[in-house]
Amino acid sequence: MIEVQNISKSFGDKQILKSVSGTFEKGKSNLIIGASGTGKSVLLKCIVELVIPDEGIVTYDKRNFTQGDKKLKTAVRRDIGMLFQGGALFDSMTVGENVRFPLELLAIMPKDEKDDRVNFCLQRVGLKNANKKMPSELSGGMRKRVGIARAIVNNPKYLFCDEPNSGLDPQTSILIDDLIEDITEDYDMTTVVVTHDMNSVIGIGHKIIFIYQGQKLWEGSKDEITHSGVKELDDFVFANKAMNSLREK
Amino acid sequence: MLKEVGKYFIFLGNLFVRREKYRIYHKLVFDECMLIGIDSIFLFVLVSTFMGAVTTVQTAYNMVAPYIPDYVISQVVREMTVLELAPTVMAIIFAGKVGSSMASGIGTMRITEQIDAIEVMGINSITYLVLPKIVASVIMFPILVIVSGVCSMMGGYLIGIITNIISPQDYIYGIRFMFNPFTITFALIKAFVFGFLVSSISS
Repeated sequence: MIEVQNISKSFGDKQILKSVSGTFEKGKSNLIIGASGTGKSVLLKCIVELVIPDEGIVTYDKRNFTQGDKKLKTAVRRDIGMLFQGGALFDSMTVGENVRFPLELLAIMPKDEKDDRVNFCLQRVGLKNANKKMPSELSGGMRKRVGIARAIVNNPKYLFCDEPNSGLDPQTSILIDDLIEDITEDYDMTTVVVTHDMNSVIGIGHKIIFIYQGQKLWEGSKDEITHSGVKELDDFVFANKAMNSLREK
Repeated sequence: MLKEVGKYFIFLGNLFVRREKYRIYHKLVFDECMLIGIDSIFLFVLVSTFMGAVTTVQTAYNMVAPYIPDYVISQVVREMTVLELAPTVMAIIFAGKVGSSMASGIGTMRITEQIDAIEVMGINSITYLVLPKIVASVIMFPILVIVSGVCSMMGGYLIGIITNIISPQDYIYGIRFMFNPFTITFALIKAFVFGFLVSSISS
């Protein structure tokens, strides 16, 4: 479980996050939702300390990440897998080398075992024969899937996904969502997904945190989101015509 | 200004913390040496040859006094190119070609979140990405400066013979006349410092 307590972050005079707290549960897909520019990605980056928060504490399974020493931070980071918005694949490496990268640097195992692990992860994301391809030869959905394979190759306890569906068609988005959900359940990971896609919310939102203008305004599940009684959340959820027509029915 | 200098020294300090296993750096340094050294060698040879040729021609045409022996031309070429032009002018070319390539490569990695991907794995991105570049630069730039010095003197020799400014015997005599081996050491110290500065500042 990941606990976030009173996270605040400003860039210059602009305060992006205002004392955000919440918990992200193990074995579930935890979603951070909100409109563009509300601070969802900044919150995610604060949780993994790609951005250092001004205030607040992040705890990974009772390990105080924010106040921990370098050794603890490195240990926690090695339990983290992260999927970035654009995939963040290394352009100069093949798909196989990209997935293998964390193993080469962090894992102590024989070469054959590493090969097997890379093949297994690529198979898991449905890219069995893509080892030799370069990232430039892949479609957006394939890049995301390779990103997921790289994120899970080291058996992480925590999986973070920053807008995994951005720029993808609805079918591929569902494929990626299902993959994230399956992986979360199969490996009992704590998964945190930043999204503004309502299909993802309805599909995999076991636990949802709604961020509005840098503040947590609502927390609940996908079953509760349509009758939250929070105006800002209703505006966000029913901005989509399809969702709106569902409400009218 | 002071803030930027401070940032630079903090950055240098971060180069040597949380390193990965040494075997990982062997391959990275070797790859960088190939990129920095071998890929730049044609440009260095070309520029150095012309630099030596131009130095020879200019020295010859500006030495009008008849009592100055011809071999002084090649002596001047040697001192100018080996001691000054090879390290300094090549450092400018090095900054233009290799430095800009390093800066753009790392910039691209930053905006495509590749550096974040490295950091989030618990790997020190500065050590992983920059240290091999700096090590490769301080190895390869002195070698390139040696190549540059040799090519400059060869360029001077060729133009001297083609244009009949100086005889081959005089040129070789001048190159060897009153040669102080410390010149080479001094040029290599410069090359080492320039290699370090160009790669670290560009990164």
